[in-house]
Amino acid sequence: MNACPKQIGEYMHEYLDGDISREHETELKAHLQSCDDCRQHMQELNSTIAFVKSAAVVSVPLDFKQNVMVRLPKGKSGIGVQRWLRRHPIFVAAAMFCILMSASLLTGFNDDKEFSVTKQPNLVVEGQTVIVPAGETVTGDIVVKNGDIVVEGAVDGNITVINGQYMASTANVTGQIDEINQAFEWLWYKIKNGGKEILSFLDKNK
Amino acid sequence: MDALINKRIKQVLKGDQNAYSDVVSHYQQKLYQVCYRMLGNKHESEDIAQEAFVRAYINLHTFDLNRKFSTWLYRIATNLCIDRIRKKKPDYYLDAQVAGTDGLDMYSQISSSDRLPEEEVQRMELQERIQYEISQLPDKYRTVIVLKYIEELPLQEISEILDMPLGTVKTRIHRGREALRKQLGNL
Ligand SMILES: [Zn+2]
Repeated sequence: MNACPKQIGEYMHEYLDGDISREHETELKAHLQSCDDCRQHMQELNSTIAFVKSAAVVSVPLDFKQNVMVRLPKGKSGIGVQRWLRRHPIFVAAAMFCILMSASLLTGFNDDKEFSVTKQPNLVVEGQTVIVPAGETVTGDIVVKNGDIVVEGAVDGNITVINGQYMASTANVTGQIDEINQAFEWLWYKIKNGGKEILSFLDKNK
Repeated sequence: MDALINKRIKQVLKGDQNAYSDVVSHYQQKLYQVCYRMLGNKHESEDIAQEAFVRAYINLHTFDLNRKFSTWLYRIATNLCIDRIRKKKPDYYLDAQVAGTDGLDMYSQISSSDRLPEEEVQRMELQERIQYEISQLPDKYRTVIVLKYIEELPLQEISEILDMPLGTVKTRIHRGREALRKQLGNL
Protein backbone atom coordinates (compact mmCIF):
# COMPACT_ATOMS: atom_id res chain seq x y z
CA MET A 1 0.00 0.00 0.00
CA ASN A 2 3.08 2.22 0.16
CA ALA A 3 2.83 3.16 -3.46
CA CYS A 4 -0.77 4.30 -3.09
CA PRO A 5 -1.56 8.01 -3.26
CA LYS A 6 -1.67 9.47 0.25
CA GLN A 7 -5.10 11.02 -0.19
CA ILE A 8 -6.80 7.67 -0.83
CA GLY A 9 -6.99 6.97 2.91
CA GLU A 10 -8.61 10.37 3.46
CA TYR A 11 -11.06 9.77 0.65
CA MET A 12 -12.12 6.51 2.28
CA HIS A 13 -13.12 8.41 5.40
CA GLU A 14 -14.76 11.20 3.42
CA TYR A 15 -16.76 8.50 1.71
CA LEU A 16 -17.71 6.91 5.03
CA ASP A 17 -18.76 10.30 6.41
CA GLY A 18 -20.95 10.76 3.36
CA ASP A 19 -19.36 14.05 2.38
CA ILE A 20 -17.06 13.07 -0.44
CA SER A 21 -16.96 15.21 -3.55
CA ARG A 22 -17.73 13.73 -6.95
CA GLU A 23 -14.09 14.07 -8.05
CA HIS A 24 -12.72 12.38 -4.95
CA GLU A 25 -15.24 9.60 -5.26
CA THR A 26 -14.31 8.91 -8.85
CA GLU A 27 -10.63 8.85 -7.92
CA LEU A 28 -11.26 6.58 -4.93
CA LYS A 29 -13.35 4.11 -6.92
CA ALA A 30 -10.80 3.95 -9.71
CA HIS A 31 -8.06 3.27 -7.21
CA LEU A 32 -9.98 0.62 -5.30
CA GLN A 33 -10.58 -1.27 -8.53
CA SER A 34 -6.89 -1.46 -9.23
CA CYS A 35 -5.50 -1.90 -5.70
CA ASP A 36 -6.16 -5.00 -3.61
CA ASP A 37 -4.67 -3.56 -0.42
CA CYS A 38 -6.82 -0.47 -0.46
CA ARG A 39 -9.86 -2.49 -1.39
CA GLN A 40 -9.29 -4.69 1.63
CA HIS A 41 -8.70 -1.66 3.84
CA MET A 42 -12.01 -0.18 2.73
CA GLN A 43 -13.69 -3.54 3.29
CA GLU A 44 -12.31 -3.71 6.83
CA LEU A 45 -13.53 -0.21 7.61
CA ASN A 46 -16.99 -1.14 6.41
CA SER A 47 -17.00 -4.29 8.56
CA THR A 48 -15.79 -2.29 11.55
CA ILE A 49 -18.74 0.07 11.23
CA ALA A 50 -21.19 -2.78 10.75
CA PHE A 51 -19.69 -4.42 13.83
CA VAL A 52 -20.18 -1.38 16.09
CA LYS A 53 -23.63 -0.73 14.70
CA SER A 54 -24.73 -4.23 15.61
CA ALA A 55 -24.52 -3.30 19.29
CA ALA A 56 -27.79 -4.25 20.96
CA VAL A 57 -29.93 -1.62 22.63
CA VAL A 58 -29.29 -1.67 26.35
CA SER A 59 -32.52 -0.93 28.15
CA VAL A 60 -32.63 1.68 30.83
CA PRO A 61 -33.44 0.26 34.29
CA LEU A 62 -37.14 0.38 35.16
CA ASP A 63 -36.76 2.57 38.23
CA PHE A 64 -34.41 5.01 36.51
CA LYS A 65 -36.78 7.97 36.25
CA GLN A 66 -37.99 7.53 39.79
CA ASN A 67 -34.41 7.56 41.04
CA VAL A 68 -33.67 10.75 39.13
CA MET A 69 -36.71 12.45 40.63
CA VAL A 70 -35.60 11.39 44.11
CA ARG A 71 -32.16 12.85 43.51
CA LEU A 72 -33.44 16.29 42.47
CA PRO A 73 -32.79 19.03 44.97
CA LYS A 74 -35.85 19.65 47.12
CA GLY A 75 -37.93 22.79 47.29
CA LYS A 76 -40.91 23.56 45.09
CA SER A 77 -39.54 26.50 43.23
CA GLY A 78 -35.93 26.13 44.19
CA ILE A 79 -34.30 26.68 40.86
CA GLY A 80 -36.71 29.36 39.75
CA VAL A 81 -35.98 31.45 42.77
CA GLN A 82 -32.27 30.80 42.63
CA ARG A 83 -32.15 31.89 39.02
CA TRP A 84 -34.15 34.98 39.71
CA LEU A 85 -32.02 35.99 42.64
CA ARG A 86 -28.80 35.44 40.77
CA ARG A 87 -30.00 37.55 37.86
CA HIS A 88 -31.36 40.32 40.03
CA PRO A 89 -28.98 40.64 42.98
CA ILE A 90 -30.58 43.88 44.11
CA PHE A 91 -33.78 41.98 44.79
CA VAL A 92 -31.97 39.70 47.16
CA ALA A 93 -31.82 42.66 49.48
CA ALA A 94 -35.47 43.46 48.78
CA ALA A 95 -36.47 39.88 49.46
CA MET A 96 -34.51 39.94 52.68
CA PHE A 97 -36.26 43.17 53.54
CA CYS A 98 -39.66 41.50 53.27
CA ILE A 99 -38.51 38.63 55.42
CA LEU A 100 -37.08 40.99 57.98
CA MET A 101 -40.19 43.16 57.97
CA SER A 102 -42.19 40.24 59.22
CA ALA A 103 -39.53 39.44 61.78
CA SER A 104 -38.62 41.56 64.73
CA LEU A 105 -36.05 43.74 63.08
CA LEU A 106 -38.36 46.59 62.22
CA THR A 107 -39.72 46.68 65.72
CA GLY A 108 -36.12 46.72 66.78
CA PHE A 109 -35.66 49.87 64.77
CA ASN A 110 -38.53 51.68 66.44
CA ASP A 111 -37.43 50.68 69.90
CA ASP A 112 -33.84 51.51 69.27
CA LYS A 113 -33.98 55.25 69.88
CA GLU A 114 -30.89 55.37 71.97
CA PHE A 115 -27.97 57.47 70.90
CA SER A 116 -24.80 55.62 70.13
CA VAL A 117 -21.54 56.21 68.32
CA THR A 118 -18.58 54.12 67.33
CA LYS A 119 -15.80 54.55 69.86
CA GLN A 120 -12.94 56.52 68.39
CA PRO A 121 -10.25 58.15 70.58
CA ASN A 122 -10.46 61.77 69.41
CA LEU A 123 -14.24 62.19 69.04
CA VAL A 124 -16.06 64.76 71.15
CA VAL A 125 -19.65 64.03 72.12
CA GLU A 126 -21.95 66.90 73.12
CA GLY A 127 -25.43 65.71 73.99
CA GLN A 128 -26.50 63.81 70.87
CA THR A 129 -23.98 65.42 68.59
CA VAL A 130 -20.67 63.91 67.71
CA ILE A 131 -17.88 66.28 66.81
CA VAL A 132 -14.67 65.64 65.02
CA PRO A 133 -12.71 68.62 66.33
CA ALA A 134 -10.73 70.89 64.03
CA GLY A 135 -7.17 69.79 63.66
CA GLU A 136 -7.98 66.21 64.67
CA THR A 137 -7.99 63.21 62.35
CA VAL A 138 -10.12 60.19 63.14
CA THR A 139 -8.82 57.02 61.63
CA GLY A 140 -11.51 54.40 61.05
CA ASP A 141 -15.23 54.24 60.33
CA ILE A 142 -17.80 56.13 62.39
CA VAL A 143 -21.39 55.03 62.84
CA VAL A 144 -23.71 57.44 64.65
CA LYS A 145 -27.17 56.25 65.67
CA ASN A 146 -29.94 58.67 66.66
CA GLY A 147 -27.60 61.62 66.65
CA ASP A 148 -25.77 64.07 64.40
CA ILE A 149 -22.18 64.37 63.47
CA VAL A 150 -20.20 67.51 62.80
CA VAL A 151 -16.91 67.14 61.06
CA GLU A 152 -14.54 70.02 61.60
CA GLY A 153 -11.38 67.99 61.40
CA ALA A 154 -10.72 65.04 59.15
CA VAL A 155 -11.97 61.45 58.95
CA ASP A 156 -9.97 58.70 57.32
CA GLY A 157 -12.85 56.25 56.85
CA ASN A 158 -16.59 55.95 56.22
CA ILE A 159 -19.29 57.82 58.09
CA THR A 160 -22.75 56.38 58.57
CA VAL A 161 -25.45 58.39 60.27
CA ILE A 162 -28.61 56.55 61.22
CA ASN A 163 -31.52 58.81 62.14
CA GLY A 164 -29.42 61.88 62.24
CA GLN A 165 -27.53 64.38 60.16
CA TYR A 166 -24.09 64.78 58.81
CA MET A 167 -22.71 68.28 58.94
CA ALA A 168 -19.38 69.62 57.83
CA SER A 169 -17.94 72.98 57.05
CA THR A 170 -15.09 71.73 55.00
CA ALA A 171 -15.61 68.11 54.24
CA ASN A 172 -12.48 66.13 54.77
CA VAL A 173 -13.64 62.55 54.74
CA THR A 174 -11.79 59.93 52.75
CA GLY A 175 -14.55 57.31 52.81
CA GLN A 176 -18.24 57.22 52.02
CA ILE A 177 -20.87 59.24 53.87
CA ASP A 178 -24.27 57.62 54.37
CA GLU A 179 -27.27 59.19 56.04
CA ILE A 180 -29.95 56.72 56.90
CA ASN A 181 -33.10 58.28 58.25
CA GLN A 182 -35.93 56.11 57.16
CA ALA A 183 -36.82 52.74 58.58
CA PHE A 184 -36.64 51.25 55.13
CA GLU A 185 -33.23 52.69 54.46
CA TRP A 186 -32.00 51.56 57.79
CA LEU A 187 -33.03 48.03 57.04
CA TRP A 188 -31.69 48.32 53.55
CA TYR A 189 -28.35 49.28 54.98
CA LYS A 190 -28.42 46.36 57.37
CA ILE A 191 -29.26 43.79 54.73
CA LYS A 192 -27.21 45.01 51.80
CA ASN A 193 -24.17 43.11 52.95
CA GLY A 194 -26.35 40.23 54.02
CA GLY A 195 -27.66 40.07 50.45
CA LYS A 196 -24.17 39.65 49.11
CA GLU A 197 -23.59 36.82 51.53
CA ILE A 198 -26.77 35.11 50.40
CA LEU A 199 -25.65 35.32 46.80
CA SER A 200 -22.31 33.75 47.51
CA PHE A 201 -24.10 31.11 49.55
CA LEU A 202 -26.33 30.29 46.59
CA ASP A 203 -23.34 30.07 44.31
CA LYS A 204 -21.56 27.69 46.62
CA ASN A 205 -24.56 25.41 46.54
CA LYS A 206 -24.88 25.50 42.79
CA MET B 1 -41.55 16.88 20.38
CA ASP B 2 -39.12 19.71 21.00
CA ALA B 3 -42.06 22.03 21.54
CA LEU B 4 -43.49 19.75 24.20
CA ILE B 5 -40.10 19.42 25.89
CA ASN B 6 -39.66 23.20 25.89
CA LYS B 7 -43.10 23.55 27.44
CA ARG B 8 -42.11 21.15 30.21
CA ILE B 9 -38.82 22.97 30.74
CA LYS B 10 -40.68 26.24 31.18
CA GLN B 11 -42.95 24.59 33.71
CA VAL B 12 -39.95 23.30 35.62
CA LEU B 13 -38.40 26.76 35.58
CA LYS B 14 -41.60 28.13 37.07
CA GLY B 15 -41.17 25.72 39.93
CA ASP B 16 -43.11 22.64 38.84
CA GLN B 17 -40.63 19.92 39.62
CA ASN B 18 -42.98 17.16 38.48
CA ALA B 19 -42.89 18.47 34.93
CA TYR B 20 -39.29 17.29 34.82
CA SER B 21 -40.34 13.66 34.93
CA ASP B 22 -41.62 13.92 31.33
CA VAL B 23 -38.25 15.29 30.31
CA VAL B 24 -36.51 12.36 31.98
CA SER B 25 -38.90 9.88 30.37
CA HIS B 26 -38.20 11.25 26.96
CA TYR B 27 -34.40 11.13 27.09
CA GLN B 28 -33.55 8.46 29.65
CA GLN B 29 -33.07 5.62 27.17
CA LYS B 30 -30.71 7.60 24.94
CA LEU B 31 -28.72 9.01 27.79
CA TYR B 32 -28.36 5.74 29.62
CA GLN B 33 -27.27 4.04 26.42
CA VAL B 34 -24.49 6.58 25.81
CA CYS B 35 -23.24 6.29 29.37
CA TYR B 36 -23.38 2.54 29.21
CA ARG B 37 -21.36 2.36 26.01
CA MET B 38 -18.87 4.88 27.35
CA LEU B 39 -18.39 3.23 30.71
CA GLY B 40 -19.29 -0.39 30.05
CA ASN B 41 -20.67 -0.83 33.52
CA LYS B 42 -24.33 -0.99 34.34
CA HIS B 43 -24.19 0.39 37.85
CA GLU B 44 -21.86 3.23 36.97
CA SER B 45 -23.78 4.22 33.85
CA GLU B 46 -26.98 4.40 35.82
CA ASP B 47 -25.33 6.62 38.37
CA ILE B 48 -23.75 8.91 35.79
CA ALA B 49 -26.86 9.16 33.60
CA GLN B 50 -28.92 10.08 36.65
CA GLU B 51 -26.32 12.60 37.70
CA ALA B 52 -26.53 14.13 34.22
CA PHE B 53 -30.28 14.62 34.61
CA VAL B 54 -29.83 16.13 38.06
CA ARG B 55 -27.19 18.56 36.82
CA ALA B 56 -29.35 19.51 33.87
CA TYR B 57 -32.18 20.24 36.30
CA ILE B 58 -30.04 22.35 38.59
CA ASN B 59 -28.62 24.34 35.68
CA LEU B 60 -31.81 24.45 33.66
CA HIS B 61 -31.90 28.25 33.87
CA THR B 62 -28.72 28.35 31.77
CA PHE B 63 -30.27 26.30 28.98
CA ASP B 64 -31.07 28.29 25.86
CA LEU B 65 -34.59 27.30 24.80
CA ASN B 66 -33.75 28.05 21.18
CA ARG B 67 -31.34 25.16 21.12
CA LYS B 68 -31.86 21.43 21.17
CA PHE B 69 -32.27 20.08 24.67
CA SER B 70 -30.84 16.67 23.74
CA THR B 71 -27.59 18.29 22.58
CA TRP B 72 -27.21 20.00 25.91
CA LEU B 73 -28.07 16.86 27.83
CA TYR B 74 -25.64 14.70 25.83
CA ARG B 75 -22.98 17.25 26.53
CA ILE B 76 -23.47 17.08 30.27
CA ALA B 77 -23.50 13.28 30.16
CA THR B 78 -20.43 12.83 27.96
CA ASN B 79 -18.45 15.24 30.13
CA LEU B 80 -19.41 13.28 33.22
CA CYS B 81 -18.46 10.00 31.53
CA ILE B 82 -15.08 11.31 30.43
CA ASP B 83 -14.39 12.61 33.94
CA ARG B 84 -15.28 9.23 35.34
CA ILE B 85 -13.10 7.35 32.84
CA ARG B 86 -10.12 9.55 33.62
CA LYS B 87 -10.52 9.17 37.34
CA LYS B 88 -10.68 5.41 37.16
CA LYS B 89 -7.82 3.11 37.77
CA PRO B 90 -6.31 1.76 34.59
CA ASP B 91 -7.09 -1.83 35.47
CA TYR B 92 -10.23 -3.59 34.41
CA TYR B 93 -12.91 -5.55 36.10
CA LEU B 94 -15.85 -7.60 35.07
CA ASP B 95 -19.18 -6.15 35.87
CA ALA B 96 -22.18 -8.06 37.06
CA GLN B 97 -24.40 -9.47 34.39
CA VAL B 98 -26.46 -7.05 32.41
CA ALA B 99 -30.21 -7.45 32.55
CA GLY B 100 -31.67 -8.70 29.31
CA THR B 101 -28.35 -9.61 27.77
CA ASP B 102 -28.28 -13.17 29.04
CA GLY B 103 -25.04 -13.98 30.76
CA LEU B 104 -23.17 -11.09 29.26
CA ASP B 105 -20.18 -9.80 31.14
CA MET B 106 -19.07 -6.30 30.38
CA TYR B 107 -15.53 -5.10 30.39
CA SER B 108 -14.90 -1.72 31.62
CA GLN B 109 -11.89 0.49 31.21
CA ILE B 110 -9.20 -1.70 29.87
CA SER B 111 -6.43 0.38 28.43
CA SER B 112 -5.14 -0.77 25.07
CA SER B 113 -1.96 -2.06 26.61
CA ASP B 114 -3.93 -4.49 28.76
CA ARG B 115 -5.66 -6.26 25.95
CA LEU B 116 -6.86 -9.67 26.97
CA PRO B 117 -5.20 -12.75 25.48
CA GLU B 118 -6.38 -13.24 21.93
CA GLU B 119 -8.01 -16.63 22.53
CA GLU B 120 -10.10 -15.10 25.31
CA VAL B 121 -11.23 -12.30 23.00
CA GLN B 122 -12.11 -14.84 20.31
CA ARG B 123 -14.31 -16.75 22.74
CA MET B 124 -16.49 -13.72 23.45
CA GLU B 125 -20.07 -13.49 22.30
CA LEU B 126 -20.76 -10.74 19.78
CA GLN B 127 -22.33 -8.25 22.21
CA GLU B 128 -19.63 -8.82 24.76
CA ARG B 129 -16.99 -8.35 22.10
CA ILE B 130 -18.53 -5.09 20.85
CA GLN B 131 -18.48 -3.58 24.30
CA TYR B 132 -14.97 -4.85 24.89
CA GLU B 133 -13.66 -3.30 21.68
CA ILE B 134 -15.36 0.03 22.39
CA SER B 135 -13.83 0.06 25.85
CA GLN B 136 -10.40 -0.44 24.30
CA LEU B 137 -10.64 2.85 22.44
CA PRO B 138 -8.98 5.91 23.97
CA ASP B 139 -11.77 8.07 25.46
CA LYS B 140 -11.58 10.82 22.84
CA TYR B 141 -12.21 8.33 20.06
CA ARG B 142 -14.68 6.32 22.10
CA THR B 143 -16.94 9.35 22.60
CA VAL B 144 -17.25 10.20 18.92
CA ILE B 145 -17.66 6.56 17.85
CA VAL B 146 -20.45 6.02 20.40
CA LEU B 147 -22.25 9.22 19.40
CA LYS B 148 -21.87 8.50 15.69
CA TYR B 149 -22.52 4.77 15.48
CA ILE B 150 -24.52 3.87 18.57
CA GLU B 151 -26.59 7.05 18.88
CA GLU B 152 -26.42 7.67 15.12
CA LEU B 153 -26.11 11.42 15.53
CA PRO B 154 -25.14 13.75 12.69
CA LEU B 155 -21.56 15.01 12.75
CA GLN B 156 -22.77 18.59 13.18
CA GLU B 157 -24.64 17.67 16.34
CA ILE B 158 -21.65 15.75 17.70
CA SER B 159 -19.56 18.84 17.15
CA GLU B 160 -22.08 20.86 19.19
CA ILE B 161 -22.27 18.26 21.94
CA LEU B 162 -18.51 18.13 22.33
CA ASP B 163 -18.07 21.85 21.67
CA MET B 164 -15.46 21.00 19.09
CA PRO B 165 -14.97 22.16 15.49
CA LEU B 166 -16.51 19.87 12.90
CA GLY B 167 -13.07 19.18 11.46
CA THR B 168 -11.82 17.88 14.80
CA VAL B 169 -14.84 15.62 15.13
CA LYS B 170 -14.17 14.19 11.68
CA THR B 171 -10.51 13.60 12.43
CA ARG B 172 -11.42 11.80 15.64
CA ILE B 173 -13.98 9.65 13.90
CA HIS B 174 -11.46 8.75 11.21
CA ARG B 175 -8.87 7.81 13.79
CA GLY B 176 -11.43 6.01 15.89
CA ARG B 177 -12.50 3.93 12.90
CA GLU B 178 -8.88 3.10 12.08
CA ALA B 179 -8.14 2.21 15.69
CA LEU B 180 -11.15 -0.10 15.82
CA ARG B 181 -10.21 -1.66 12.52
CA LYS B 182 -6.76 -2.48 13.86
CA GLN B 183 -8.21 -3.89 17.07
CA LEU B 184 -10.51 -6.14 15.12
CA GLY B 185 -7.77 -7.38 12.83
CA ASN B 186 -9.30 -9.64 10.25
CA LEU B 187 -12.74 -10.00 11.70
ZN1 LIG C 1 -3.97 1.35 -2.83
